Amino acid sequence: MNAAYVLLAMPLAGFLVLLWLGRRLGEPGAGWLATLAAAGSFVAAVVMWLSLLSKPASSRLVIKQIFTWVPVAGLHVNFALQIDPLSVTMALFVTGVGSLIHLYSIGYMHGDERFPRFFVLLNLFLFSMLCLVMADNFLFSFLGWEGVGFCSYQLVSFWFERDRPPAAGKKAFVTSRVGDFGFLIGMFLIFAHFGSLNYTNVFSGLSAGHPGALAEVTATGIALMLFLGAVGKSAQLPLFLWLPDAMEGPTPVSALIHAATMVTAGVYLMSRISPILHYAPDAQTTIAVVGAVTALFAATIACAQDDIKKVLAYSTISQLGYMFLGIGSGGYVAGLFHMITHAFFKALLFLCAGSVIHGMHDEQNMKRMGGLRRWMPVTFVTFLIGWLTISGIPPLSGFWSKDDVLLAAWHKSHALWAVGFLTAGLTAYYMTRQVALVWFGQARWEESAGQAAAEEAAHTTRGRPHESPWIMTLPLIVLGFLSVVGGVINLPYGKWDFLSRWLAPVLPPDPHVDTSVKITLAVVTVALALVAIALAWVPWTRRAEHPDLEPAVLQHGWYYDDAVSAFVAGPGTDLFNFDAYAVDAGVIDGAVNGVARLTRSGGSLVRRLQTGYVRNYALGVAAGAAVLLLYVAVRGGQ
Amino acid sequence: MTVPGAWYLGLAALLFTIGAVGFLVRRNVLVMFMCVELMLNAVNLTFITFARVLNDIGGQTSVFFVLVVAAAEVVVGLGIIVAIFRRRTGATADDLHILKG
Repeated sequence: MNAAYVLLAMPLAGFLVLLWLGRRLGEPGAGWLATLAAAGSFVAAVVMWLSLLSKPASSRLVIKQIFTWVPVAGLHVNFALQIDPLSVTMALFVTGVGSLIHLYSIGYMHGDERFPRFFVLLNLFLFSMLCLVMADNFLFSFLGWEGVGFCSYQLVSFWFERDRPPAAGKKAFVTSRVGDFGFLIGMFLIFAHFGSLNYTNVFSGLSAGHPGALAEVTATGIALMLFLGAVGKSAQLPLFLWLPDAMEGPTPVSALIHAATMVTAGVYLMSRISPILHYAPDAQTTIAVVGAVTALFAATIACAQDDIKKVLAYSTISQLGYMFLGIGSGGYVAGLFHMITHAFFKALLFLCAGSVIHGMHDEQNMKRMGGLRRWMPVTFVTFLIGWLTISGIPPLSGFWSKDDVLLAAWHKSHALWAVGFLTAGLTAYYMTRQVALVWFGQARWEESAGQAAAEEAAHTTRGRPHESPWIMTLPLIVLGFLSVVGGVINLPYGKWDFLSRWLAPVLPPDPHVDTSVKITLAVVTVALALVAIALAWVPWTRRAEHPDLEPAVLQHGWYYDDAVSAFVAGPGTDLFNFDAYAVDAGVIDGAVNGVARLTRSGGSLVRRLQTGYVRNYALGVAAGAAVLLLYVAVRGGQ
Repeated sequence: MTVPGAWYLGLAALLFTIGAVGFLVRRNVLVMFMCVELMLNAVNLTFITFARVLNDIGGQTSVFFVLVVAAAEVVVGLGIIVAIFRRRTGATADDLHILKG
């Protein structure tokens, strides 16, 4: 189990070495070093997994203490790693997908003037993410939670000389902060109630399932506060609006942080606190409803976006909603299963999009693409795999995981299932629209590229799109392969439910649904996906402009972002100003300054007593002694 | 004929009063210093008296402590006074009221 140290040490070492030597290593040395660190971390994760697998299922929990962090009386927090099936699952796919994206970034970031800096941040991100999932207590997890938030901020605003990336980074940071506030309050509640922040201590009394172990009010409070943290991090309603803006960052960042790993931290947190959720049915329902509504809401917006990455961003929000729908419905394994397959296919789609952007010389508008399949065959084929996977076409991995989520939702409430079902159709629709716009139809880049392409043509052999180098297509192929076969980790047949059995010691089993219902629902969902694909295929391969299919309200994301912006800029600013200048400066600072002023004026009154004449002091001493003597005399007389 | 204890106590009280009044009314630092010594020794005399009257050695022991402290105080005090006299000639205690708050 010492592999756990290596797991964390590799990206940390990569980060430190690159911090000092990154500039000297330059390109591509820095990238290779970072990739090596990530790959080493992945190997360590595999070793950890194998050694955990060799133990009997009941004893698959190892705590690795590194050092005591906070030894305050009553609050005892360690830097310790918890190695159990859940954390190892997270570590495996975080490092696995992370390594591939590191490799891809070497090609994607080629020629960037801050090439080493990118990999410094990427390794720091990987380290923080591993802290978050491997920690054995809430506080250590929170450290990683903030670490990934910081890296996200840095990487979104990576091209800080432009106008929009720094603003997007700030937006991501500030919006997540609202959620982090909830996480903190949740942590305080946990400490107040359990007297510990340690996962094992907190959950040991709960996992037995005693009915009175935890009051429902307490459980609901804790769960909802932590869910607020998850909402901020995982971009759910109402805090999702930072994620589409975060697409201003380099595409590998979108793939790694804003699709595969960081945004799933909320899903991980909710799975981790499953023993608490068990006592909070209302909180579970809230999670399921928020997830379902977010899934549908984001999917509708994705149907009318022109930016290739924006479509994927809204799609990510929608798929994260699925995961929360699964978890809120009690389908923890389904949620995590979908998280893993989503990491594969969404990272794949993002990396494909990056490859397209790269090949199109930084063009992101799908309306100016079209017919690219001839020019970028590898990206094309892998993108098709990603498209079919996310649309839920059997036997690709997305079908199995989405099906599990929908089954859990069906068990919880048929209305929730209906929302998820509708979202599945919309998902197939907008992804088909994207495929049609990018890869099929007429090549629209020649007429619209205009001057930029002419300039580009002067530098390169031709201003045409080109396939990306092998270093970028290799991760695509691997992820494409994983997207196809990823479903086998949890098939609903006999002994093929590896993930369910693997996670059984940590998570409660998914709700049981009859086989006949299972098959019916699966058939209905696939039929809907096929219909949606056909519906999208016909118009969008023919023409790129269908104003009636892209209502303005969807293009503007239901004006949600505008509404929030208007609120924050108008009454919000007044409110915050009132808070800052009246409440904070007046009441809070006033109280603090008031105490100081009182002390000062009191002191200036009393200081007159100190005259500097020794005889005055002596008189005071004598008078004091006289009073004391008098007191003793009177008392003695009684 | 033995002298009664009350006489000693009366003498001590007289000495202490002289010391206290002198400390309060005089301005010469050295004289004030001598007044302090007078008061200390008045207290010493009280200790000795009670030690004899009550037949308790503790009183005599306390005197040694007082003597030691007084000696130490003289050393420090005289040092300060010498330092002051080096800077200004003929200074009285009231001239030093610049140390007021």
